[in-house]
Amino acid sequence: MFGLELSFIWAGLIALSVLIYVILDGFDLGVGLLFPLSKDEEERNLMMNSVAPIWDGNETWLVLGGGGLFAVFPLAYATIMPALYMPIILMLLGLVFRGVAFEYRWRTTRWKGLWDISFFGGSFVAAFCQGIALGALVQGIEIENRAYAGGWWDWLTPFSILTGVAVTMGYAMLGATWLNMKLEGRIQAHMRRLAWPFAIATVVFMGIFSIWTPFLDGEYYIRWFAFPTAIFTFLVPALVAVAVFGLFQGLRRHWDVTPFLCALALFVLGFIGIGISFYPHMVPPSLTIAEAAAPDSSLKFALVGTLVLLPMILSYTAYTYWVFRGKIDPAEGYH
Amino acid sequence: MLDGFSAEVLARVQFAFTVSFHIIFPSFSIGLASFLAVLNALWLWTKDDTYQVLFDYWKKIFAVAFGMGVVSGIVMSYQFGTNWAVFSDKAGPVIGPLMAYEVLSAFFLEAGFLGIMLFGLKRVGPGLHMFATAMVAFGTLLSATWILSVNSWMQTPAGYGINEVGQYIPLDWWKIVFNPSFPYRLVHMVLAAYLTTALVVGAVGAWHLLKDNKGPASQRMFSMAMWMLLFVTPLQIAAGDFHGINTLEHQPAKVMAMEGHFDSHPDGAPLILFGIPNQAEKRVDYAVEVPKLSSLILKHDLDAPLAGLDTIPDEDEPPVAIVFFSFRVMVGLGFAMLGLGLWGAVMRWRGKLHSSPMLHRAAIVMGPMGFVAVLAGWITTEVGRQPFTIYGLLRTSDSLAPVSAPAVAASLTAFIIVYFFVFGAGVYYILRLMGKRPKVGATEDITDGPIRTAGTTQVAHKGHKNQRPAE
Ligand code: HDD
Ligand code: HEM
Ligand code: HEM
Repeated sequence: MFGLELSFIWAGLIALSVLIYVILDGFDLGVGLLFPLSKDEEERNLMMNSVAPIWDGNETWLVLGGGGLFAVFPLAYATIMPALYMPIILMLLGLVFRGVAFEYRWRTTRWKGLWDISFFGGSFVAAFCQGIALGALVQGIEIENRAYAGGWWDWLTPFSILTGVAVTMGYAMLGATWLNMKLEGRIQAHMRRLAWPFAIATVVFMGIFSIWTPFLDGEYYIRWFAFPTAIFTFLVPALVAVAVFGLFQGLRRHWDVTPFLCALALFVLGFIGIGISFYPHMVPPSLTIAEAAAPDSSLKFALVGTLVLLPMILSYTAYTYWVFRGKIDPAEGYH
Repeated sequence: MLDGFSAEVLARVQFAFTVSFHIIFPSFSIGLASFLAVLNALWLWTKDDTYQVLFDYWKKIFAVAFGMGVVSGIVMSYQFGTNWAVFSDKAGPVIGPLMAYEVLSAFFLEAGFLGIMLFGLKRVGPGLHMFATAMVAFGTLLSATWILSVNSWMQTPAGYGINEVGQYIPLDWWKIVFNPSFPYRLVHMVLAAYLTTALVVGAVGAWHLLKDNKGPASQRMFSMAMWMLLFVTPLQIAAGDFHGINTLEHQPAKVMAMEGHFDSHPDGAPLILFGIPNQAEKRVDYAVEVPKLSSLILKHDLDAPLAGLDTIPDEDEPPVAIVFFSFRVMVGLGFAMLGLGLWGAVMRWRGKLHSSPMLHRAAIVMGPMGFVAVLAGWITTEVGRQPFTIYGLLRTSDSLAPVSAPAVAASLTAFIIVYFFVFGAGVYYILRLMGKRPKVGATEDITDGPIRTAGTTQVAHKGHKNQRPAE
């Protein structure tokens, strides 16, 4: 019994770190996605500098997602990774290209353009592959004898391409609203204009995704249209409507912070929706949370430290964001 | 291009390739992070501008190297799952939590404070900036501790049981973390990182001294590096000796391969200095040996018996030649570093540390040798563990994920192309940064980008205006 509870606590913690990853790296991948739409070099410099001091910390949540899965749900890790072999490897390569661009771009004048392209390309590939991975996971992964049993192209379906596009649009929306918050003047106005199309696309894709998912698999259908979870079927879309309203209202009235917070809220709600579909599976449709969990001694050992370290991490991460708060001042230099 | 290789071989090559690239950056950034913390502390303490110049100079190089370490490391943490799924499923319950602790205690610490260290001096002031710098250095050391515990557990597993589905399950966490080879490996690796960094810093200092940039910054860094070499190399050689003796106890086949001992020696084994191991014929061709020395080193007794590979079943033998040669490369370089350290000490004693072109040229040649020694050491360690991933328990051939050879061939090709291009560019930028003269005010260069502010502090301004630039 206790073991069951531990594995559920862990499922919650892993979900939390993936969520934190998605919203934090979401906006900084989004900044990369917007690079080709920027008007000039000054704009690109400011855009990149708005995330330069924090991107590494954001990406660490991805390492925690992977490392955490390995630690507490080794079987899920050992089946998801081979199933998503191609998108994962491509995502990693994308992250390589965008990660190094943060430093390289300042070390050269002749090749600066190349690293700008690498920043955009890497961000795009990473975002798109994360979306594909999400779609492939929702579709389900075939497992036999504790091993992935499908082919190496199974992840590629119309549905996963849809989620790939949806996540990319969503990240671009996060990026644009983040920049709207961090920048000033003409660049802020430009970013605010860019936020519109991406926000609309995100909402549309979220709609398609939500209508499509229940019909992928009988279980999802039951989850969404049977009591008591059906409550969420009404609650989540209602909250989505509120967030969308706030987002567009904020953009129209030139508010700084509200659009970003509403965009984040959209992601959180989408994430909750997916969580409802998944539960109690770790890897739908074959592996439940309890089946995928490592032995109790591993869960306990890892939990003790996590309960101490996670609050510390959250507080110094918050502190870093506090240190670099406010508008980017182009004159200040690090920018 | 890679047709005809099995998925297993390709996955092994891919792992070896990506981890070999990865380890290059940590071996430099572990040492450099500590060096930066020391420079920062010395600057706050003595108020000597030279330290601040050096801090800013190396900070930029650190930022580039660290970025490369991070992105190559993220690749590593996903590769266990993509390519070594069976291994991950079985070993996850034991080593997974250790790696999770690495993320939680080390990676977040580094990443969280890195931004403040690089960009935040003006926003937080010198005290907190010093704290952030120290936290980054501490983070790199913690990271090494956890990952080496993981690796050591794979070399010398302890404190585990096996459950009904064949997973290794933790029984005693203390024994798992502090498994028999861990303390030795940790000490040896951290010292290796410090040596690697000292050699690089020394080479850069020597380069500028040779180019007649004899300002205080060049002199100070060369001198600091020479002190470091002088004291750390002997420690490293001693640590390596203890490490070997420990390995003899827990992984005898690896030491037999390192020594090239195909035959048992009941009364005193020779030390083979050079030769060409011939695994098919089970002998070392063209061997140059010193009688009984190996027994003296490993057993501290000239006549002690030493078993050879004839006592190990063929299917459990590691590939001897790779282990044999890489071990000699590492040890040879260790003694070369000792030589450089001693030479530097003699020159210092004669008062010619900064005016000895021969010494400076030697320091430049030795600059990259730390990396070579680190790679050679890891190859000895990892290839010597074959044919197991978890020594004595899980064979490499049984660890693989159900991926097909073409998929791995494609990803391997992509990694090779991308890594050489991306990290090649990074190394080029680092070399260019190293080629710039370290001087007060240099950091105000417009193209220096994101890290500019930190250099634009009161002190740097004062230095710029009131006194002759350092060089
Ligand atoms: C956490 C564990 C871990 C760590 C820290 C390292 N390795 Fe390792 N290494 C493995 C875990 C591993 C492995 C997963 O166990 C592999 C993959 C296939 C295998 O046989 O062992 C391996 C294989 C492997 C091979 C191929 C051996 C062969 O197939 O004959 C080489 C050359 C290296 N590694 C090199 C390194 C280097 C240069 C490292 C420096 C950081 C390193 N390893 C750290
Ligand atoms: C296969 C084994 C390894 C894996 C899976 C791995 C994983 C990682 C990851 C994910 C990062 C990026 C962390 C971030 O986001 O900040 C990283 C960086 C780092 N790793 Fe590794 N690593 C491995 C081997 C090693 C070894 C053997 C050492 C040293 C003894 C080491 C020391 C470091 C350090 C100090 C960093 C910080 C970044 C840097 O200094 O470049 N790692 N590693
Ligand atoms: C000259 C004397 C040295 C001796 C006798 C020595 C001995 C050893 C031994 C026996 C191992 C393998 C241990 C095992 O796998 O069980 C090893 C590994 C290693 N060596 Fe050395 N070593 C020496 C110098 C150096 C130097 C100068 C460096 C780098 C600057 C270095 C870096 C490493 C590394 C990175 C490893 C792999 C990690 C580890 O197992 O600690 N060694 N060394």
